[in-house]
Amino acid sequence: MRRRELLLATINLLIVWQLLAWLLRIAVLPGPLAVAQVFGRELLRGLGWHFLVSAWRVIASIVIATALAVPAGLVLGQSQRLNRLFAPLIYILYPIPKIVFLPIILLFLGIGDTSKVFIIFLILFFPILVVVRDQASALRPELIYSVRSLGAGRRALFRFVYLPATVPAALTALRVSIGTAVAVLFFAESFATTSGLGYYIIVESWGRLAYEEMYVGVIAMSALGLLLYFVVDRLERRLAPWMFARDR
Amino acid sequence: MIRFSQVTFAYPNQAPLFQDFDWQVEAGEAWAVIGPSGCGKSTLLYLVAGLRQPNAGQILVDGRPVPRPRASTGLVLQDFGLLPWATVWENVALVMRIGQFYRRKHTPPDAPRPYPRPDIAPAQVDRWLARLGIADQRDKYPGQISGGQRQRVAIARSLLQQPNLLLMDEPFSSLDALTREDLQRLTLELRQETGVTTVIVTHNIEEAVYLGRRILLLGRAPNTVARVVENPGAGALDFRRQLAYQEKCTELRTLLAEESGEPKK
Repeated sequence: MRRRELLLATINLLIVWQLLAWLLRIAVLPGPLAVAQVFGRELLRGLGWHFLVSAWRVIASIVIATALAVPAGLVLGQSQRLNRLFAPLIYILYPIPKIVFLPIILLFLGIGDTSKVFIIFLILFFPILVVVRDQASALRPELIYSVRSLGAGRRALFRFVYLPATVPAALTALRVSIGTAVAVLFFAESFATTSGLGYYIIVESWGRLAYEEMYVGVIAMSALGLLLYFVVDRLERRLAPWMFARDR
Repeated sequence: MIRFSQVTFAYPNQAPLFQDFDWQVEAGEAWAVIGPSGCGKSTLLYLVAGLRQPNAGQILVDGRPVPRPRASTGLVLQDFGLLPWATVWENVALVMRIGQFYRRKHTPPDAPRPYPRPDIAPAQVDRWLARLGIADQRDKYPGQISGGQRQRVAIARSLLQQPNLLLMDEPFSSLDALTREDLQRLTLELRQETGVTTVIVTHNIEEAVYLGRRILLLGRAPNTVARVVENPGAGALDFRRQLAYQEKCTELRTLLAEESGEPKK
């Protein structure tokens, strides 16, 4: 996607929003200009802090989930025996909507950062694990043979074959899951906490009928999701350039 | 160079492909292995390469058993042998990069693994790229080049190992006729330049006759005796145009037909 196209799409959205605001003339739909003014004011008054808190929670979850799911997927993907052992467990756990565990997690881990990081970690962990495992086990035996014939033992196979083979899949899983991660973060932050964008939107704005602030919060949360999406997209291009190489 | 004595091999829960099989390859020879699919051609190669172990009997390569791939055996497969995420240069340099990887990890010098190969330098990578005519493709990924170029990469990668034994499993089977003849000719040239012992597995009669001075005929499993067809004319670049070539092809075709039990006209 080109930068100019993205900019154009953003402007289009803003125009539609402004037109709707002018048309409806109601307090619950302030226009983008009014919201932008409040945004600037709120940024210094604590919105920035809430943004950082939310970003920290979701990024910490992503890092932990990736750091645990990728090695686990790699190990399961190249050991049929281990995979046979764990596959039924993963099969059962994967489709469970992890969000329903939130009350239980709150009871165990309290209302601090840990419970939020943990629930997002749970949500991200399984798709990454499954995708990495399947990618690793689907590698052609010919590829393994020829790399082994060049002197690769187990560690070199991991470094030169399994790891690079699974990077794009892991990043795709991450990219697809980021929307869910931010959504869950919003839900988890909307109660039992005093910081984060979810708290800002629900408790500080919505609860006080401060509509412009509410929109500010929504935009900040969207920006967080978008930012993470961009970062993963860039990482994909950086770490998996062969996926984007075309005949010149 | 290669010595099979009383080798028996079967995949788990399957009938044996080889039973008390004896076979011998001398250094510098050019062999072709031909037979119907499922006869164990590829398995034979994997056994020599140290990727599979016999159930019984002994396989010696260069006088030693091969419990794992050896440093000076090159292996070229039909397809899927290149790393899709590595450029042409990185693929060819793989043996060197694996060596560097293990050097950094401080493998003890007395480790059984014959690698790393500190003797291989980046300049040699460039030399082989140039010799195989793929120097201008060095920064492309395997997905961006043609099938023939991919096999050139695979051959360059094997030759970088400075092998004294080169094993090829249907290396040119998925290529179009012209590219295939091109690469067969190149294989002969490289053999003459390096003197490497070659074993090439193929299901193609013409390829076996063009590249194999000795041709091993495998039949339906289990294989118990090595049936060898001598083909002293092979090795000449223009062998294809000689009468002996045609005769040898016919002979081989008859033998293969007998082998499969359904004579063809």
